[in-house]
Amino acid sequence: MAPALLFFGIFGIGPVLGVFGLSFTDWRGLGDPVWTGLDNWRALPQDQAVTGGLRLSLILTALCWATQTPMALIFGVWAAGRQRFRAVVGAVYFMPLLLSGAAIALLWGALLDPNFGLAADIGPFVGVPDGNFLGDRNLALYVIVAVILWQWMPFHMLLYQAAARQIPRSLYEAAMIDGAGRAQMFFRITVPQLKHTIVASSVLIVVGAMTFFETVFLITGGGPGTATRILPLHMYIQAFRAFEMGYASAIAVVLVVLGFGLALVTIWVSGYSRMTSQREGAS
Amino acid sequence: MRPLSPRHATLAAAMALGLTAVTACGGSGASDDGTLEIWSLEDEVLNPLLQETIDAYNEENSGDDDVQLELVTFQNDPYKERLQVAMGSPEHPDVFFNWGGGNLAQYVEAGQVYDMSDHMDANPEFRDAFIPSVMDVVVIDDATYGVPMLGTQPVSFFYNAAVFDAAGAEPPETFDELLDLVEVFEAEDVTPVALPGAAPWTLLMWVSYLVDRIGGPEVYQAISDGEDGAWEDPAVVETMETVQELVDVGMFGTNYTAVDWDGGQATTLVAEGQAAMILMGPWFTQDAEANAPEFFESGDLGWFPFPELEDGAGDPANVVGPPSNYFSIHAEASDPDAALEWLTEYMASDSYVDGLIGSGAVPTVTGIDDKLAETDDGEFPTWLYERTMEAPTFTPAWDQDLDPGVAESMLTNFSLVFEQEMSPEEFAESMEATS
Repeated sequence: MAPALLFFGIFGIGPVLGVFGLSFTDWRGLGDPVWTGLDNWRALPQDQAVTGGLRLSLILTALCWATQTPMALIFGVWAAGRQRFRAVVGAVYFMPLLLSGAAIALLWGALLDPNFGLAADIGPFVGVPDGNFLGDRNLALYVIVAVILWQWMPFHMLLYQAAARQIPRSLYEAAMIDGAGRAQMFFRITVPQLKHTIVASSVLIVVGAMTFFETVFLITGGGPGTATRILPLHMYIQAFRAFEMGYASAIAVVLVVLGFGLALVTIWVSGYSRMTSQREGAS
Repeated sequence: MRPLSPRHATLAAAMALGLTAVTACGGSGASDDGTLEIWSLEDEVLNPLLQETIDAYNEENSGDDDVQLELVTFQNDPYKERLQVAMGSPEHPDVFFNWGGGNLAQYVEAGQVYDMSDHMDANPEFRDAFIPSVMDVVVIDDATYGVPMLGTQPVSFFYNAAVFDAAGAEPPETFDELLDLVEVFEAEDVTPVALPGAAPWTLLMWVSYLVDRIGGPEVYQAISDGEDGAWEDPAVVETMETVQELVDVGMFGTNYTAVDWDGGQATTLVAEGQAAMILMGPWFTQDAEANAPEFFESGDLGWFPFPELEDGAGDPANVVGPPSNYFSIHAEASDPDAALEWLTEYMASDSYVDGLIGSGAVPTVTGIDDKLAETDDGEFPTWLYERTMEAPTFTPAWDQDLDPGVAESMLTNFSLVFEQEMSPEEFAESMEATS
């Protein structure tokens, strides 16, 4: 326990406290930070890029959760079946997990190029004649959500697949004797049995989406205009383009608090505190 | 207003940003071990030339008391961040590559750059070896802080002559002629101008030229000097109205916001004739050579200056763009005299300048017209050099000249104006508030 705490203190808590301290300074990454008290914190709510970025981050988080959770759950349960071909399909599905986030972003960036990518060929059939998916401020965010879905759903699917295989078969056998249909079994047995997995997966999605960065950075860079400039990206730009390290630190603190808060809310809503076993035969 | 101690600040920063202390690859930072670190970018063409001068210097000065120079290179994108963090730390470079202007000025303000003025006064022939407008960019508060070390990069139009011929078009000499070309090329189903709008710095080229042609170079000079109301100059507002009009009439096509520069997409559009023209720095020719060699060799690659505005105040001979890149010396360099000696001996030397010319660059030293004319493909470098020499003013790239924070807001606001999400008046107000 002690070594783990020590490491967490040095590499987890320490930097957060450092950032918290820097958020009260004006610092360009050069020379000495100058203490400015609450200036950065007063400027935050007035900054449209911050409020807009926060709104976008929350929308992105909600969309990511709403797309990934149901799909990963259904596919995961399906892949938990014992038929051989499912293993093959499952394996193909997990391909994105083998690629780095940067590679995925570059790949999709190339596919979505309006003149030379797949977007130019497919666009006309889906009402985007000039292939301008990434450059349209009404579409760009949804494109990002789709890429994130493609990238991360297999991971959550893997969680659900493993958990679904743990559900005792006797439950289903009893339900079959009682005359339950497949849908009923799914909603009355599978979903309740997977509750903890849903919570864990949701926390990962929510916290992940709050701090999402590389996909947006590499595919749109926050554009067109500021249509996809989520808060973590704005933080990066403030820190490393504008060299406003103090201000960027204040944004970082907001992100830490927000991610932590959202994770807590997710756990609380799902009644995680009632740590009761759902397993037959276990106490 | 209590400054924290530098040691704690650096530590906090290193922790906060998740950065380990910056150590140069293969080097040991500025140390007293008799080496002088020169930081530059990874560049397959330039670095052999630099290494040659470094080797020559090291050979000449191989005594026990002499320092040895060492070249340390970085990738382009992370370099600015690395430099920013390293400058104030004990691991700072001795000589560093930079962009001049506001980027350098912030280091000067922090007292981290060596003032070369005395050395330049003592060696006027070295100072005068460079084009004056290019030297101006590293003169801050009447003191000199850098030496040009790369080619000059004024922005101009490039076009696909085959597309122009097919449409029966001529390179425009006035802005109205440029506007008339929109209909000509749309009839041919060709985008008039390729604009890599996914990279906001490409929008700056249009803005900075229009401001110069509409209001003259004084408008940006006032912005650069931080004068009150400079951003609200009528020329700035008119420029923003003009770019919105250009977007409206279809000068850049419909999907320019998704076109990127880094992957060669914009270059390919021009090379393949899907677009007729592009406004870009001279690096366009190198990009064309790499991404569209057939087009580059075909002789269809033409160029012309940014056209004149009939009722504008700006001289159509004025140029805009990055004047050059520079080497500056850190204030706490282990041996600034050795650094000065190396810069003075080699940066304007025949062998280094010839090397630059050989790489397709246009050096910023005076009196090389004949040399440029003699090279293969010398037509474009000669034209560019003449335009640079004859330009009444050379306005530096705004985003490198201004304070990084202001430059960042500006580029974001450009993309909002082009997208019609921000009005020209709002742009002027917003920038005035930021500066």
